[in-house]
Amino acid sequence: MAIIVEAIKHLFKRPATLRYPFEKEAPPKGFRGRPIWDMHRCVGCGLCSRMCPSGAIEMIGRGHEARIKHYVDRCLFCGQCSESCPRNAIRLMNDFEHASYSRDSMIYEYKRES
Amino acid sequence: MSYGSTIKVPFGPQHPALKEPEHFLFKIDGDIIVNVKPRIGYNHRGIEKAFERRTYIQNIYLAERICGICSDAHTTCYVQAIEDLLGVEAPPRARYIRVIVAELERIHSHSLWLGIAAHEIGFDTLFMHLWRDREAVMDILELISGNRVHYAMNTIGGVRRDIVSETIPKVIGSLDFLEKRTKYYMKVLRSEPTVLKRTVDIGVLKPEDAVELCAVGPTLRASGVKNDVRRDDPYAAYDEIPFNIVTDDGCDVFSRILVRCGEILESINMIRYALDHMPSGMLRVRVPMVVKPGEAVSRVEAPRGELIHYVKSNGSTRPERYKVRSPTLANIPALCKMLIGQHVADIPIILAGIDPCFACMDRLVFVDVKTNKKKALDFESFRKIVRKRHELL
Ligand code: SF4
Ligand code: SF4
Repeated sequence: MAIIVEAIKHLFKRPATLRYPFEKEAPPKGFRGRPIWDMHRCVGCGLCSRMCPSGAIEMIGRGHEARIKHYVDRCLFCGQCSESCPRNAIRLMNDFEHASYSRDSMIYEYKRES
Repeated sequence: MSYGSTIKVPFGPQHPALKEPEHFLFKIDGDIIVNVKPRIGYNHRGIEKAFERRTYIQNIYLAERICGICSDAHTTCYVQAIEDLLGVEAPPRARYIRVIVAELERIHSHSLWLGIAAHEIGFDTLFMHLWRDREAVMDILELISGNRVHYAMNTIGGVRRDIVSETIPKVIGSLDFLEKRTKYYMKVLRSEPTVLKRTVDIGVLKPEDAVELCAVGPTLRASGVKNDVRRDDPYAAYDEIPFNIVTDDGCDVFSRILVRCGEILESINMIRYALDHMPSGMLRVRVPMVVKPGEAVSRVEAPRGELIHYVKSNGSTRPERYKVRSPTLANIPALCKMLIGQHVADIPIILAGIDPCFACMDRLVFVDVKTNKKKALDFESFRKIVRKRHELL
């Protein structure tokens, strides 16, 4: 019986869920979202790509000329790349909406601009 | 043997751990189960082989993905095994953080299970209320670790993130809320006739059977056996944190509910204690990439029971062999014992009673012993039998 009283009380309360995607809740500080590369810091050592557990990072070339391709569709958002980077070039962002109809749009490329 | 069509359980579209297929062949006499044959392996993912192809660091994240609900238990077990091989120990603060995350995970896993149990007995109001309140613990896990499900807190040699002082008041606030709610739910569960009718004296597992069939976790403790890896073989900081092992003598599904509720309250107290007594200091020690040859076994009390990981290293950067024994597997023989002599309508709640990472009614075939006829039931007709028996239609 106790639950009936509780259930009736809740008829007059706000719903517990949000009307996503019309209403959104911002993720908390420290959320592990999509990693992004700051190529001015990157020295192209390739450690991030070697450490990534899911093979989501592709390095093309080495050193300052290196290009980095990040495949979000493979990424686990574990943050190991950002932890391993000796130059602190990788930061995890706050965004979490990566769904897309095409895999091509889930590839992010980073290149050092001189 | 011909099997019927696959039965789909309409339970939440995208959830991390739900819908694991598992096959049970029931022999029934009228409405009573006389024999059960489990057939497991529908969910084989080749994870152990995958371990051999990844480096020790990469494997942390693979171990985490063995299960979405006990993700922290699996990584703790994994990193402990590797730390054992390397001969390093996590710093004291890291060990406390491991306890805090593990206990938060236990709270979230047990509330999830209570919700599922409520749903299985047709008490959806309770299920929804429980799952709404469970969000409180998910939110603090997200706040601490950066993700609701895969916390990625453990690393070989310690933890990756600190629990900073700004988050502690929020954690304490949520714990107070959860404590209040759990006490309320215990009151509801003890007094609600729906719950009592469907769970008392259902799925009985006698203590001697539980021990003989090697049941683990809350399933074992609900048969009155005091057994808990956290006390018997303490890891992380469990040897420094006082706690009671919750047991119950009812041996039925209702006892399993009470044990899990009791464990939520215990976990809340343990987290409070751990937050108060957390030593300061380093979070992790640096470890080499290459692990020297050897073997190690590590045990952890996951929310569902004792979890065992085994690792064999050949001195390279990858393990040579990896083995995982999850608690659900250990509980399958006990589960079959519980089912015998029960009504068909009670199968869902008994299956759910061991908290099988939600492995149940995917494929059910019934064999009538009198006519030796087999029939497969889909979910809806199964539901009808359940409802009819309990006069809900
Ligand atoms: S977050 Fe993890 S999975 Fe994603 S790119 Fe970095 S290391 Fe790879
Ligand atoms: S680890 Fe850091 S410095 Fe090295 S390639 Fe990756 S981003 Fe660049």
